[in-house]
Amino acid sequence: MAQATVSMTTRRVNDKTSIIDIKGSVTAASEPVLMDAWAAASTESTRSIILNFEALEYLNSSGIGLLVTLLVRANRQRQRLMAFGLNEHYRHIFDLTRLNDAIVIHDDEPAALAAAQAG
Amino acid sequence: MSTIDSAEPGSEEAERRSDKANWATSGRLRLNAAPPQGAINLNVDGRVVTSPIQGFGKMWQKTYRVRLSSLAASPEEVIREWKAHFPTFWPPGNRFYGPLTGLVPGDVALLNLMMPGRQKLSTGVLVLYADEESFTLMTPQGHVFAGWITFSAFAESDETVVQAQVLMRASDPAYELGLTLGGHAQENRFWEHTLTRVAAHFQQQGPVETSTLCIDPRRQWRRAGNIWHNAGIRTGLYVATTPARWVGTGMRRIVRK
Repeated sequence: MAQATVSMTTRRVNDKTSIIDIKGSVTAASEPVLMDAWAAASTESTRSIILNFEALEYLNSSGIGLLVTLLVRANRQRQRLMAFGLNEHYRHIFDLTRLNDAIVIHDDEPAALAAAQAG
Repeated sequence: MSTIDSAEPGSEEAERRSDKANWATSGRLRLNAAPPQGAINLNVDGRVVTSPIQGFGKMWQKTYRVRLSSLAASPEEVIREWKAHFPTFWPPGNRFYGPLTGLVPGDVALLNLMMPGRQKLSTGVLVLYADEESFTLMTPQGHVFAGWITFSAFAESDETVVQAQVLMRASDPAYELGLTLGGHAQENRFWEHTLTRVAAHFQQQGPVETSTLCIDPRRQWRRAGNIWHNAGIRTGLYVATTPARWVGTGMRRIVRK
């Protein structure tokens, strides 16, 4: 399998909310990186995981599959997934694959944090 | 704060890949050409694709792999040939009516599948994504499962690994029951047959490795209403009422004369 070209940084905003900053390409090869980042972002009290796609360079259909898998795992931990920083093209991909039915997309980080706070 | 790295994001390779042309532009299926004679064209036009999020049953990831000598074919050659001859690798009794030009993003193919009990099922798929090393088909409302299948090939040591990976939930309770009562095994045989044929196309033999992972054991009961679109039920009704339609058509002709 091809080597992943992605890095993910996690930030714990507060007890209930964490952000995963994604930089690079999200493909099948990104699975261990994404799942490790999610584990690092999660605590027992975490209720919202926000994915920051501002530095996303590439996302293919396997990457979309990974996000679906992450969504299931997060929901099982009673966490919601949110996203911001998607460009117009990838917003369209979320719409096309109907991922936006379950991952709410926000325009920017403050909007996502406000939604996490409100939820 | 913690950072988890793999290789080098921002690399030239990542920047080189602009992928807009690799994706379909719409998630609503439209057949661009009249279906061939004898094909049942139902449950395709106007249907919307469904991801595993919209499905009903347990969520599965099934991976089928066969290994070829890298001398037999590169990953790009495998995918090029697979796209070009996709229907010919399918098991007998199942028909894939796709574009003659190969599979490109946005293409819609009509499927006539043979279900257990020799019941026919008419549905379709959308080519969601395609590049040189992979392509993905996504299913519409009414299909057996909600999700997608990604066909890919990649190099691993001195081999070319050919893979089909399904991410799916049964679309509705009827399909979930059918999959539980032998449908999963039938699907495994379907893709194992297909990969065997792909390998044979490159004069290779190899056991197909199958791995199945239950991603989510829960059923999404709020999606039980998907059964309204069930393509199996609708195709069955269509086939059962065919004699009545013939009679009706004949009567109309007589009346016109």
